Amino acid sequence: MAFTLKINGTDHTVDVDGETPLLWVLRDVLGMTGTKFGCGLAQCGACTVHLDGTAARSCQTPVADAAGVAVTTIEGLSADGMHPVQVAWREINVPQCGYCQSGQMMQAASLLTETPSPTDEDIDAAMSGNICRCGTYPRIRAAIKQAATKMAGVQ
Amino acid sequence: MTYQPTTSLAPTPSLTIANISRRTFLTGVAAGSLVLGLDFPALAAEEKYAGEGMANGLREDPKIFIAIAEDGTVTIICHRAEMGQGVRTSLPMVVADELEADWARVRVTQAPGDEARFGNQDTDGSRSMRHHFATLRRMGAAARQMLEEAAAKQWNVPVAEVAAVNHEVVHKPTDRRLSYGELAKAASELPVPARESLKLKDPAQFRYIGKGEVGLIDGMDITTGKAQYGIDTRLDGMVYAVVARPQVFGGTVKSFDDTETLKVPGVLKTVAIDGTPAPAVFQPLGGIAVIATNTWAAIKGREALKIVWDDGPNATYDSVAYKETITAAVRAPGKVVREAGDTDKALGAAAKRLEAEYYIPHIAHATMEPPAAVVRIVDGKCEAWACVQSPQATHDNLVQRLGLASENVTVHQTLLGGGFGRKSKPDYVVEAGLISKAMDGKPVKLTWTREDDITNDYFHAVSMERMEAGLDESGKTVAWLHRSAAPTIVSIFAPDPKTEAPFELGMGLVDMPFDIANLRIENPEAPAHTRIGWFRSVYNVPHAFAVQSFAAELAAEAGRDPKDYLLDLIGPPRQVDTRDISVMWNYGEDPELYTIDTQRLRGVIDKAAEASGWGRTLPKGSGLGIAAHRSFVTYVAAVVEVAVGEGGAITIPRVDIAVDCGPQINPDRIRSQMEGAVIMGVSLAMLGEITFKDGRAEQSNFDTYEVTRMDAAPKEIHVHLMPPTAYDQPLGGVGEPGVPPIAPALTNAIFAAVGKRIRTLPIRDQLAT
Repeated sequence: MAFTLKINGTDHTVDVDGETPLLWVLRDVLGMTGTKFGCGLAQCGACTVHLDGTAARSCQTPVADAAGVAVTTIEGLSADGMHPVQVAWREINVPQCGYCQSGQMMQAASLLTETPSPTDEDIDAAMSGNICRCGTYPRIRAAIKQAATKMAGVQ
Repeated sequence: MTYQPTTSLAPTPSLTIANISRRTFLTGVAAGSLVLGLDFPALAAEEKYAGEGMANGLREDPKIFIAIAEDGTVTIICHRAEMGQGVRTSLPMVVADELEADWARVRVTQAPGDEARFGNQDTDGSRSMRHHFATLRRMGAAARQMLEEAAAKQWNVPVAEVAAVNHEVVHKPTDRRLSYGELAKAASELPVPARESLKLKDPAQFRYIGKGEVGLIDGMDITTGKAQYGIDTRLDGMVYAVVARPQVFGGTVKSFDDTETLKVPGVLKTVAIDGTPAPAVFQPLGGIAVIATNTWAAIKGREALKIVWDDGPNATYDSVAYKETITAAVRAPGKVVREAGDTDKALGAAAKRLEAEYYIPHIAHATMEPPAAVVRIVDGKCEAWACVQSPQATHDNLVQRLGLASENVTVHQTLLGGGFGRKSKPDYVVEAGLISKAMDGKPVKLTWTREDDITNDYFHAVSMERMEAGLDESGKTVAWLHRSAAPTIVSIFAPDPKTEAPFELGMGLVDMPFDIANLRIENPEAPAHTRIGWFRSVYNVPHAFAVQSFAAELAAEAGRDPKDYLLDLIGPPRQVDTRDISVMWNYGEDPELYTIDTQRLRGVIDKAAEASGWGRTLPKGSGLGIAAHRSFVTYVAAVVEVAVGEGGAITIPRVDIAVDCGPQINPDRIRSQMEGAVIMGVSLAMLGEITFKDGRAEQSNFDTYEVTRMDAAPKEIHVHLMPPTAYDQPLGGVGEPGVPPIAPALTNAIFAAVGKRIRTLPIRDQLAT
């Protein structure tokens, strides 16, 4: 069945089963591979996108539920890779393998929208659904704080 | 005698004959020879070490690795697999520095699997920088000298009057300048200077090496979602597949019914894949593939399959029973792998005796990107895009299984979303190749779900380590007995081996450097009942856990400070020749160049202790633990601070980790590898466990196979790099050696905090009250 999705500001019409997770529609049908598959159970956060600006696990979001909602993926977090989170991630050389980092950055951007000056506890609470096997957590924490500082300076 | 490991942390067994063709191994898989080769690595006269000792050795032709375009863009080939250790940044950075190239104008191209052209590409064993630093430097210098010579010719001046400086060549007396782009064509037509004529830069002139200020080459792509991992490959007309595999190692399909599968919207076909009887090397487990128009449809189709399995000979594999088996094994004498003095007599005469047994279960790698690959076969030519640690082994396994000529198989190396040793084994790429073949060569993307990844891993070996020691009246350890029983990785290469191979024994067991007069190390038998494979730092994990835990237990028995006692066990500063202590595999390195330097081991202990404030007063329920270990010819010590709270909840406020890896090429990536190793070490110590029942892994996803998340990670990790040695000194590995000391440092800290000794991992809720 056909669904119209608004992804990164652009409408896409896809013809798939309504239960198909948004993750696989993004990756396999639309070819947007920045959003990653990690577990399929909302256990790891690699597939995190924004639905109406809030972090959500696309592996647990049926495409039918994503229709009519503004979907943002890592490809649309900023037009030019200059979202403060993306900049901080590069300045601190956060990534090792980098695979989980799309989800980490989407989660972090959502956190900073809701909590512009997060404490360590806020960061733990928001980010502990996102697994990194390389162990970049200390740099993720540092990058979130750096991005928060920069965003506060801009406002 | 013909065994040449296609990919491994493993030894090139010493009986290997140089220049043996890989094909001989692939067509032969001569099991008898393999066992011989691994069991009797007498040092042959022509023994080769380091990069030269690897399959296909080293290449250092700048005309292969470096290209300069007329617009000045410098393209450097990275021939090692990027899995998070930073090779795509750090290796080209070495070339760029010697080349006097401006990093902003450097591009990196990933080599396909082609060891005849690029030399060894097998990325594991913490070897990339260790083996390639010197050749990368020389290639950069050679290219720089070619540019200088081209400029000198153009100006008709002596080459001594010109110098390459930051992407241009300058004629010093006249300040004339030619850009690298302007010189590229003329330089490329010059012969490559002989090695003797190369002038390496004075390290004081390095722009990037040793600085750690270069951003990640893939940083922009990763942060914008453009980075291409194996799982991200897309080809026109591509279909998607998953495979239903036997849940018991060695199981086969008796019969299957795909009626319901074929009714699932999007499902195109099912294909049976034959497994390979053990030892299967890197060939697939077999099973039923489901091919569909997208991955989700393939997964739903697989759920609808009805398969009757023959579970085969490992259907009774049970972790509880196996633990009893290897416990019994270490309580009886086993094959002696190192001996000094008279251990039995010294134990009998000791004033005090202590014994302990340490257990570490199977662990799964759980790379964040699960195994995945895309393969297509067009006009008899097979192309694979794959997240693999060894593209050459991938190529060879495809050639073998698909029956294609070597030149008709190409493996494109993608980024790896984590490797940790799992992606040394390209079974998943062969599966994709077989499915593509069954689909008339159509491009097929095969994805392993997380459940596939965890239940069908090449697991880190389960291990039981028994320690016995005798102390004299003064508390000094005078006798030491260590029995280690673990299934061997060789079980994927040879039929039913039961003892550890030299490369496994050499990982922290026989190379244990304590200065003890009476010492015996034994390796009782332990059969394998599942696929065993390399996991980051490999057998160092159980060996270091046992040795470093027991050292702290002996300190407690003697009433001594654990750090001081550890230093006493190590003994005075000296060079231990690995050959003198029965080490038959020294990480593939020349024992003359790489001794065990106890001063360096002592140095990292002192550094970690000092930085952590060892001996400081801590609140009740808190404690510091220390452990140190040499692995991958690098020395690491860690001090872990633990706080045990209400109900036995464990938090880790701080870890200090000191590393001595010799020269430091990219300090930022050394730090990041140590940070990651601390967290991986904490994860395996706190949570890591795969158990088997009825032959099947009982864990299947991150809900049951838990890994450390941010809230349970150490709150602070302080990495201390020891003063680097000169750049012409031997390099140590970086990717793996941070892992082994973490688990024992953590359990030693728990003992210091609450007096409870943890000897069985994972720790989980063992402190629960």
